Amino acid sequence: MGNTITEKILMAHTALKKISAGQLINARVDIALGNDVTAPIAINEFQKAGGKKVFDKNKVALVLDHFTPNKDINSAQQCKAVREFALKQKVTHFYEGGQVGIEHALLPEQGIVLPGDLVIGADSHTCTYGALGAFATGVGSTDLAAVMLTGELWFKVPQSIKFVVYGKLQKWVSGKDLILHIIGRIGVDGALYKAMEFTGETIGKLPMADRLSMANMAIEAGAKNGIFAPDAITREYVKKRAKRDYKFYTSDADAVYSDIIEINAGDIEPQVAFPHLPSNVKPISKAGKVKIDQSLIGSCTNGRIEDLRIAAQILKKRKAASHVRLIVVPATPAIYKQALKEGLIEIFMNADAIISPPSCGACLGGHMGILAEGERAVSTTNRNFVGRMGHPKSEVYLASPAVAAASAVLGRIASPLEL
Amino acid sequence: MIFKGKVWKFGDNVDTDAIIPARYLTTSDSRELAAHCMEDADPNFVVRMKPGDIILGGENFGCGSSREHAPIAIKAAGIACVVAKSFARIFYRNAFNMGLPIFESRELGDAIREGEKITVDSAKGTITVTKENKTFMINPIPPFMEKLIADGGLMKHISRK
Repeated sequence: MGNTITEKILMAHTALKKISAGQLINARVDIALGNDVTAPIAINEFQKAGGKKVFDKNKVALVLDHFTPNKDINSAQQCKAVREFALKQKVTHFYEGGQVGIEHALLPEQGIVLPGDLVIGADSHTCTYGALGAFATGVGSTDLAAVMLTGELWFKVPQSIKFVVYGKLQKWVSGKDLILHIIGRIGVDGALYKAMEFTGETIGKLPMADRLSMANMAIEAGAKNGIFAPDAITREYVKKRAKRDYKFYTSDADAVYSDIIEINAGDIEPQVAFPHLPSNVKPISKAGKVKIDQSLIGSCTNGRIEDLRIAAQILKKRKAASHVRLIVVPATPAIYKQALKEGLIEIFMNADAIISPPSCGACLGGHMGILAEGERAVSTTNRNFVGRMGHPKSEVYLASPAVAAASAVLGRIASPLEL
Repeated sequence: MIFKGKVWKFGDNVDTDAIIPARYLTTSDSRELAAHCMEDADPNFVVRMKPGDIILGGENFGCGSSREHAPIAIKAAGIACVVAKSFARIFYRNAFNMGLPIFESRELGDAIREGEKITVDSAKGTITVTKENKTFMINPIPPFMEKLIADGGLMKHISRK
């Protein structure tokens, strides 16, 4: 019996010769990530356990991206604590200030996470790196502390669900729409404790930015990880970024899956997840007239240059409706610079958009774009739980950058085809 | 371990933003976090609950963010344990790692009303509804997780090795 890509990567990080779903293992970690919200607890646990030195300063990444630029005194204190630790430990991948980007856009972009890696992050959207053919999963702060101390962590080898996606994507339909559709189909616990393996002809042609958006939201279906078999598109993405060796793994033809789900992508319209669950998905044609107060284009799901290009294509020579606050968040400094170079930032500013520095703030209701009572936002982010972006009585509608841009212009949830 | 307490009932998919909204994540102080425990699911929860009470969730309890602030807030508020039909995986890990007792029972939730008293006996693997003297089985805890609890959480477990 063969193994899935997830099983193979996990096994490669142990001394085991055989591995199967359900097994509890201790595995070596290649990269361990924390941010300004989760790292302070991890650092405290690390020190309480007598930790003096992190297991490998090149394998820890600390990214101050959540409440930065510092929102208030408390968040400044948290950042200070992480900074002091990072400098003392000489952590190689420490990002703050003008070098910081949203962690899950930054780490792949900088070649810090690579195919075949085992990555853990004290952030649930760590699953993003599965797009590169890595095993990547979100954990808590105590897990991060344990890895910083020992370089290892316990895992239960997950069963895998295989998604076979075929058919040609319609205009304005992206990886974001595919993953929203899938979550709508299987539910927010449809892949609980499992790996979501994305395969099929549509996936084979899907650009890396779309794969990253899809893997990013695997957690919204309860999954442990989302994963794509690395291919020529992966190679093209990583070859100019990697500063160390990496390895491509693929699933065996006789690998065992708990379920195989076929998706005809040709049938899928742009999707919108209504409040208050990412699974509450409707095709845009059935969204009805939903007036919005804010449109957010950015985040670890959709703040990449490709996303900004799509938004700019729609916003060019147009303006956000007068009652809509349009916020654009380039996810990393490199994306910001590229957007400037391509004239995208000017297009956004001419459309009356607010340009935010790279930050997770607005997505989690932290700062830089909070919603008031009764307000509605269309957002390219990944969660629309109660109070996610502000007041407990505000609403978040999740969609692609194309839909968020068109909605900003029309002042209601809208398809780009309506423009 | 035996936990006896009054049950506070919540629905399916209670997410970590409801357990501890991100607006309070500028601190990891457990007392401050406890003051906002379950705030976006029930704003009066912390006022009405008493130490030793038990949270009863539905499916996928603790879904969403990896924030360990969620189990920290619940534990620091004085909740004895959480029982749910199922737990989201990062919350499940976090609870065992940091020492918040959690138990899975598929039947209990539908069988009792909020405010009823239950007794959870982790050694026997049972939950008893005090008033009706009805007993439900807890899903067995994997031996490794039992070891984690016995050692006092993940950090103590690895220090012991």
